Amino acid sequence: MAKVVSPHEIQVEGTLPTDVASIRLVRGSDADIPLAVVSVKPAAQPDSFTLTTSETLNKQDHYLLTAKGVDHPWEIAPSPWAMVISVIIGSALINNFVFTRYLGLCVFFGVSKNKDTAIGMGVTFTIVGLLSGMISWALNTFALEPLKLEFMQIIAFIGIVACLVQATDLILKKVNPVLHKKFGIYLVLITTNCIILAVPLLNATSGATFLQALGLSLGAGLGFALALFLMSCAIEKVNMAPVPIVFKGLPVAFIIAGLFALSFLGFSGLKVA
Amino acid sequence: MSEHRAPPPVSTMLMRGLFEENPIFRLALSLCPAVAVTTAVKNGLMLGVAVLVVQVLSSMSGSLVKHIINPKIRIPVFTLLIAIWVSAMDMILAAYFADVYQQVGLYVKLIVAFAIIISRMELFSMKHSVIPCFWDGLGMGLGFLIGLVLAGAFRELLGSGSIFGIAVLPFKPLLLVVLPAGGFFTIGLIMALFNWVDVKRGHKLPAGGGGAHG
Repeated sequence: MAKVVSPHEIQVEGTLPTDVASIRLVRGSDADIPLAVVSVKPAAQPDSFTLTTSETLNKQDHYLLTAKGVDHPWEIAPSPWAMVISVIIGSALINNFVFTRYLGLCVFFGVSKNKDTAIGMGVTFTIVGLLSGMISWALNTFALEPLKLEFMQIIAFIGIVACLVQATDLILKKVNPVLHKKFGIYLVLITTNCIILAVPLLNATSGATFLQALGLSLGAGLGFALALFLMSCAIEKVNMAPVPIVFKGLPVAFIIAGLFALSFLGFSGLKVA
Repeated sequence: MSEHRAPPPVSTMLMRGLFEENPIFRLALSLCPAVAVTTAVKNGLMLGVAVLVVQVLSSMSGSLVKHIINPKIRIPVFTLLIAIWVSAMDMILAAYFADVYQQVGLYVKLIVAFAIIISRMELFSMKHSVIPCFWDGLGMGLGFLIGLVLAGAFRELLGSGSIFGIAVLPFKPLLLVVLPAGGFFTIGLIMALFNWVDVKRGHKLPAGGGGAHG
């Protein structure tokens, strides 16, 4: 067992030679470049050691620790669920799809006029987005990439979205007409929401693992729902305010979105541990 | 399955997209790229050209196939048509304009989901033959291109003090406008400007404000 405890320290359980020269620490991505280890000291707990490095370590990264005279290497990796949560927070707050990546704006400005529609759209989008994100990821990983058909990504992903939206619409109409009456109109709008296509494309370019894809799809949906809800709250107030005639409607909505985007810049300082 | 309607004159079809129904500032469609890639004129120009080409080709091909597709599945069919042209455009740009493509690549792919293209196919290509579709697509595409270049020029001049990457101002007047938030402010202000011109020309703004198409 070994884990990164602070930007320059790794805590290791087990026996480790205290001689720095016999220890080799590499980053998972560059197995050839060793990271300089400054010192190895026994820690307070029995059978554990603290490694100090000169380079800054990241809790999200993978590392491999080997030592002379010790057969098994230590793998240092973030826990998978911690990674999912960090991806969700990253895509919902730090890189919010609406306010910092400017995606899904047509739908965003269209349905943020009151809270009810905002919530309806947010919920529908999060669910359909998660489904389409995961199906697209599976198709890309198990079919397009092995067959070297990456140039078909756009066509395949938009096809999945169109079919999924149509299928959800039909199934919902049959299974739960009440729910369909409430959420049906939002389903149609989803096809023209860029976020639903951006998520699989981003997953494909970054070569995301299953859990990363899950985190991004969910985070994108939650971030969109959050942005919609915040915006609808503000718009409901502005509608009652005396806005100059040339700014009425969309222009003022854009200015408000700009203010939200400025405040979301504050999240860029957020470090997810 | 409808009969072809007599197309409006070419000049009307071209000019409509430029001002009265400018896709960005009047119809408020396809706003994502308008905010996202307009940090520099060059990016706006490239995406604008890409949308122009895709719009013209999709409108024309949509008009060609409209009689052989079942109206119930026309949306998925149109979407796939657009996706084919976008894939082609994406590969061409990636091959020949690699430096700009690095910055706008994701948005080129996302042209598929731009509401303006499918809405022109729905509203115009379904009712008209191929040649009017060409002019309509050209007008809409040009309106989009001009909107992107306008917003790009404004933001690049104020944010970085340059145009097309050439420094024209000795200082950076307002760094804010190239930040994410600045894109929203810029589009909001240009929309208000369009409304102001309209008010000055004596037009009544639509109820609920200009560009409120939802």
